Amino acid sequence: MLTATGLTKRFSGLVAVDDASLTAEEGAITGLIGPNGAGKTTLFAMASGFLKPDAGSVTFAGADVTATPPHLRAEAGMARTFQIVQPFAGLSVRENIAVGAFLRTPSRAEALARAEAVGTRVGLGPMLDRAASGLTVAGRKRLELARALATEPKLLLLDEVLAGLNPSEIRDILPVIRAIRDEGVTILMIEHIMQAVMNLCGKVYVLSQGRMIAEGPPARVCEDPHVIEAYLGQGAAARMRADAAGGATHA
Amino acid sequence: MTSRDLIAPLAVAAVFCVIPFLGLDGALLNLLIFMMIIALAAQGWNILGGFGGLASFGHAAFFGTGAYATAILQTKAGLGAWPSLALGVALGAAVGAFIGFLSFRSGLRGSYFALITLAFAEVLRIASNSAEITGGAAGILIRLDYGFWNLQFEDRRWFAVLAVICVGLSLVLVRWMERARFGARLIAVRENEEAAKALGVDVFRVKMGAITLSAAVTGLAGALYAQNYLFLDAQVAYGSWISIEALFAAIVGGLGTLFGPLIGAVVLLGVGEITKSLAGGVPGVDLVVFGALLILTVAFAPGGLSGLAQRLGFKGGRA
Repeated sequence: MLTATGLTKRFSGLVAVDDASLTAEEGAITGLIGPNGAGKTTLFAMASGFLKPDAGSVTFAGADVTATPPHLRAEAGMARTFQIVQPFAGLSVRENIAVGAFLRTPSRAEALARAEAVGTRVGLGPMLDRAASGLTVAGRKRLELARALATEPKLLLLDEVLAGLNPSEIRDILPVIRAIRDEGVTILMIEHIMQAVMNLCGKVYVLSQGRMIAEGPPARVCEDPHVIEAYLGQGAAARMRADAAGGATHA
Repeated sequence: MTSRDLIAPLAVAAVFCVIPFLGLDGALLNLLIFMMIIALAAQGWNILGGFGGLASFGHAAFFGTGAYATAILQTKAGLGAWPSLALGVALGAAVGAFIGFLSFRSGLRGSYFALITLAFAEVLRIASNSAEITGGAAGILIRLDYGFWNLQFEDRRWFAVLAVICVGLSLVLVRWMERARFGARLIAVRENEEAAKALGVDVFRVKMGAITLSAAVTGLAGALYAQNYLFLDAQVAYGSWISIEALFAAIVGGLGTLFGPLIGAVVLLGVGEITKSLAGGVPGVDLVVFGALLILTVAFAPGGLSGLAQRLGFKGGRA
């Protein structure tokens, strides 16, 4: 569905993303994890067209979209959410979602009806007529998801939709994400919450300091020494092994 | 848009249509016509500045183009008054599209956009003050010749009705916009450009549509002005007074609301007229009152008068 090849982005001297490649298989949930500042959001911005890569290419549903502006990618079926939520503050929740629905219909009545359906589905039903600016963090994250869904995407790029939610809110939203996948929407998600990643993703990519350092099923990736070191510092993997071995001798 | 959506704008237009026949004297009739012209200019400003969040300091560029085109096409090209008026509107819109293309292509927003529009209006003012086709500093006169086809009415009540009809049309246009996909996208762009892009909104196109519509409506105000006073010079057509009155009326009345610009124009000019008659000949006293009203609005009623009315429990305004 989505293939990024050799993406590179430099911000003056800093190489934010360095020759990173990934593939989101059709109908699957693919994860992108990595420590803070690894370049995950920058990679996302290039995938969705908000940033122009300095090198590399992006293909979506078989077409090269490297130079396609974001609104045309959305029209082609690519929707994204923002890590820092971006509600239309002056509008109601329903109207916010309707802006997404307007992508597929010029009719206001139809857009509002779809907004209501999508809003109810992600659990915003009771808040539909409230001002978007009055939503809690969890509500805003749901709004991001609802707006993106209302565009009827083929591919959904989720940038930390679970961050800032408490465990019970996360428990509520995991089945929603899984149900979206089950309807045939391909999902690529950036996530920090490992419980969710383990739970949802068939495959994860690990980005560290702009480079892809590992990929594979989440359980295997978590044991990869490179990944452990990326999160916990150099030598951490060896120390953990030694501790584990030490623990064994004590026992 | 359903027919129910049209009830409010048409009812308001009908009420204003009756006012000229209530036995107003000449001065009050003139005031009514002037209010309608300002309401129209302000509605144009409101489309771009209120709904689109793109505040302009240079709506004089569109007003003046509509005015000059109407006058010049009649006096120099020998065109009829009605086609001249239509072309005036079209040329006003074209100037809007031109300024919009240059500004939005380079992503100008906020104060940068406001200053660019001001610069264009000033360039046009200075150029028209020396160009031959506009009559230079002496200005341009449309020959007095009463008749429907000349858009000049011996009974000025009919011109007032014409102005009211134009305001009514602008209300219908804005109501359509509020109910259409275009309006939803324009507001989305105002609230958050990045999020709008992610939802498939072509931001550049939406802004171009907004400035073109906005300029057309303000251009119509200019064309009516020329036809009403039959005289134009650079200071009147392209002077910053009209840019300021348009934005004052829209802000005081209520940004991004259907009736805001009309309410603002009526209240501002009404209060201005009352002050002038109370204060006698003190020059500029109405402007002092305008300023005070603007400060009070921004401080205590950020939604303008129609927002205030809504907060106090009246329906209408932002329906």
